[in-house]
Amino acid sequence: MPIDGLSENLTMPASCPPRAQRRTTMVVGPSFLRTAGAVAAKDLRVELRSREVVYTMTFFAAVIVVVFSFAFVKDQKALIEAVPGVAWAAVVFAGTIGLGRAFDREREGDTMRALLLSPAPRLAVFAGKTVAITALVIAVEAVVLPLCLLFFNVDLGAAVLHLALILALGALGFSVVGTVFAAMLLRVRSRDVLLPVVLYPILVPMIMAGTKATGALLAGATGDAWFWTQFLAAYDAVFVIVSLWTFEALVIE
Amino acid sequence: MPLSRVAVQKVGKRFGQHRALVGVDVELAAGEVCALLGPNGAGKSTLVGILSTLVRPSSGDVTYVEGDAARRADDRLRREIGLLAHASLCYGELTAVENLVFFAGLYGVAEPQARAHALLDQVGLDGKARERTVRTYSRGMVQRLALARALVADPSLLLLDEPFTGLDRGGALALGQRLGQARADGAIVVVVTHDLEAIAEVTDHVVILRRGQLVHVEKKRGFTYAELRDVYHRHAD
Repeated sequence: MPIDGLSENLTMPASCPPRAQRRTTMVVGPSFLRTAGAVAAKDLRVELRSREVVYTMTFFAAVIVVVFSFAFVKDQKALIEAVPGVAWAAVVFAGTIGLGRAFDREREGDTMRALLLSPAPRLAVFAGKTVAITALVIAVEAVVLPLCLLFFNVDLGAAVLHLALILALGALGFSVVGTVFAAMLLRVRSRDVLLPVVLYPILVPMIMAGTKATGALLAGATGDAWFWTQFLAAYDAVFVIVSLWTFEALVIE
Repeated sequence: MPLSRVAVQKVGKRFGQHRALVGVDVELAAGEVCALLGPNGAGKSTLVGILSTLVRPSSGDVTYVEGDAARRADDRLRREIGLLAHASLCYGELTAVENLVFFAGLYGVAEPQARAHALLDQVGLDGKARERTVRTYSRGMVQRLALARALVADPSLLLLDEPFTGLDRGGALALGQRLGQARADGAIVVVVTHDLEAIAEVTDHVVILRRGQLVHVEKKRGFTYAELRDVYHRHAD
């Protein structure tokens, strides 16, 4: 394709200041927190615009709760003992759907490359994505929890705050581990199949602690509930450190 | 501080059993436009990926030189690199302005809004288009936005992989203008293209790859289309 007039365009336009002058408009560098905040805000803005991921996740989680509330019945009453398993299965399965879709968006325009190419700290990119996914999972939990209480006829009283804390810790643990694996599998063709295969074995301790803590809370065993809550917090702390340590190495080709 | 030189030394890249690059040596200097040419599968995009720091070479090394000092491939170095790739590297659900403001923020550009509008002026995306989500753009408009994104931090190493794809005459002119400006500015510009006619006039340095190997290097201030075509057919075919 010939480009007429290209030669005339080879000199810098008068309106454009020289590089050194333009560089004075650069600030020193994006901080960790500012970058993480920008990435999280961008992800949530994209989601607010389409609402595709949160609707899919919430609908799927709600269906699980409703179906199991009819499945686990004894003496014409929903079994309270099923609540921990139902709630955590709903959160984890819905979260996996959301995780896959959230990273599909990064794949569409190959924008994950753009994020990794920027001078922003790569760990801040990871932190931002994790915060956004955690927010989505918490939004799903905000629907799952009342649905479980309603359909299984559970009255937790003040312990509902403790359950909210357990679910929030679970959301964080799920998002931290999930973000690393979803980012790592971004370029793999069979990522939809592989993501649960590699993710769930690592989530097993978290799911176990979550169900145990929820079950103990429902049974009124507050001491046990706090033990498993601390276990969940320790799980999160370990995987935040491991993920921050491995993220960059895992996402570069 | 801008990059003055990039030295690619004996760089190789394997993807499993496939050898995408084999012992490639190239030296890129500031103020030059390098046309990176070769048939499909020659390893051009892999080399661009390695130069961008997003792909790790399996062997060899890339040295980025700032003034006289070599620099590590760290966060700060990436500010000097602008990449226009096959994909847009922009978010379809955001508008052009939102995309550029977001990336300007990641690059630490002051006044991101003003920078975004200035860049969109330069690549010729008009006022109404800027406020539409990128998902509604034509291929050429996406390519213009991708160019603006690559230029957001005024990089001193500009990597353009098939930049003329989808551009109309106006877009190609704007791109030619930017290439000339970047060269006059002292940037290192690497252009991967099959459109020899579009790139010939601004080319200072021709690098031809074939099956992952470097087969020809030639430096000359500006080529004619006929010269560049002859060089290409002699070495790439």
